[in-house]
Amino acid sequence: MEYAADLWHLFARLVRASVRMPVFLILSIVQPIIWVLLFGQLFGSVASLPGFGAHSYVQFLAPGIAVMTALFGGAYSGMGMLADIDRGVLDRLLATPVARGALLAARILHSAAQVSLQSAIILIVSAAIGARPHGGAAGIVLVLAVAALLGAAFGAFSNAIALITRRQELVIATMNFIVLPSTFLSSMMMSAKLMPAWIRSAALFNPVNWAVTAARAGFEGDWQLLPRNLGLLAAFTLAAAALATASFGRYRRAG
Amino acid sequence: MDAVHAIEVEELRKVYAGGVVALDGISFAVAPGEVFALLGPNGAGKSSTVRILATLSALSGGAARVAGIDVAARPREVRRLIGYVAQASGVDLTATGRENLTLQGQLYRLPAAALRSRVEELLALFELGGAADRAAITYSGGMKRRLDVAMGLVHRPAVLFLDEPTTGLDPESRAVMWEEVRGLARLGLTLLLTTHYLEEADQLAQRLAILDGGRVVAAGTPDALKAGLRGDRISVELANRGDAAAAREVLGGLDGVTAVLTEGATLYAQVAHGASALPSLLAALDRAGVAVAQVAHSRPSLEDVYLNATGHAYRSEGGPARGARGEGGAR
Repeated sequence: MEYAADLWHLFARLVRASVRMPVFLILSIVQPIIWVLLFGQLFGSVASLPGFGAHSYVQFLAPGIAVMTALFGGAYSGMGMLADIDRGVLDRLLATPVARGALLAARILHSAAQVSLQSAIILIVSAAIGARPHGGAAGIVLVLAVAALLGAAFGAFSNAIALITRRQELVIATMNFIVLPSTFLSSMMMSAKLMPAWIRSAALFNPVNWAVTAARAGFEGDWQLLPRNLGLLAAFTLAAAALATASFGRYRRAG
Repeated sequence: MDAVHAIEVEELRKVYAGGVVALDGISFAVAPGEVFALLGPNGAGKSSTVRILATLSALSGGAARVAGIDVAARPREVRRLIGYVAQASGVDLTATGRENLTLQGQLYRLPAAALRSRVEELLALFELGGAADRAAITYSGGMKRRLDVAMGLVHRPAVLFLDEPTTGLDPESRAVMWEEVRGLARLGLTLLLTTHYLEEADQLAQRLAILDGGRVVAAGTPDALKAGLRGDRISVELANRGDAAAAREVLGGLDGVTAVLTEGATLYAQVAHGASALPSLLAALDRAGVAVAQVAHSRPSLEDVYLNATGHAYRSEGGPARGARGEGGAR
């Protein structure tokens, strides 16, 4: 009970801070829209390649960009943790009786909430330019849930890196190192059927690909690939949360 | 508070990863309602001590108790009793003053209605009412510091830790903060404040401990510490550093001089009466052919207490390495 209340108050603080940065708010809405429009135009003709397997590239791209946004949105969550550390805010909070876990959980929850909101905007924009959620309401909920899970996972991972290294540069470098390769080693923008065999194999072990596959399964209403990929993604999120929790414990003991 | 001591620290040790010894067995006790200062240069171990007492840092040896509760064994209970105002602030700059105070109270699980009135009370007490709904990033240094202190008081703690409360403040804001601290003391709160300003400890603390290199080198009331030096201080700055050894020999041989310390080209002599000893002291140096650049005498200050205890003059950035002390330092 106390944990839930602590979590809520800390989450509310992070939401307030986001909402008060109008530039951040506008960019985080506009950027995913640009991605949908830009990538839709840029790669639009690949859908007509023989064997691509989808008729409309926007239809193919929409769940992929939803996942991409979740990945990028979560990946830099650790920067906020570092700002709290540098300004003494984290110490101040740790000196109160607040449930320790809630301090980290609030950040992960904030990542998840932020990226599922962004994903919802992407689905709306995609619908406006022709994408259709064949999976219906359940499919849409599923895309948002997948985005939330991946956002939480990378939010947790980013916080873990922040707590271990305590350096902004290292959080940025680590995340840059991971984010783009994991984007392109997935079927986010390119159908798995047209990938080189080695990339197709690598993608099987890529959490971002699990998320893309699960989100697309929901969006298309093609439930066959869903359970396995969603299960793997959930397990990955739990593992990332465990890593972040361990890093937070280590940070507190090093005080 | 049931315990005899609000704060009790026994042979406290802190060794950081990498083997840096921050605290080398310090002991002191603070009575309920007392204003106690930890005075020392940066790196002396003040913040390490406070962080351990505030449950933010694990101790490496010894014991620390707040209101009789062991901080290592029962940190949760300690957290409810203490307020912690860190050197590095702790104000969330994106939030308003009111939001900062409210979050703090929520995390201490104060009931909503009681918290609302407590926040109003603190905003008024710390003269932040007009800025209550502005983001803290717009606050002046003094306002931020007052908000910091107010945040430490939301849950009416029995013990308040103030780590370097006036560092970085302009003289005017510092004077305001001193008044705030005196006001807090009148409320019956136990205050542990750290400072590297000698004058601040002298002005605010009922008792103090002087830390140097992770050890307590002197402790007591400011008056008792100064009285313990018995007599005045004469400082002599030599024209030539090379004369220091000779000058020390001359001064050490004079009647009425009880101790001599050397630091660089400056000598510090402890004498019964500064004004009467000065002429014979200067005459003796003259006879020995030692040129004097400057001379001064003063009633003992905490600076002299520090000098006497550590063997080096006080510098807030940290004293010289151990072993550089003069031989005359009576401990």
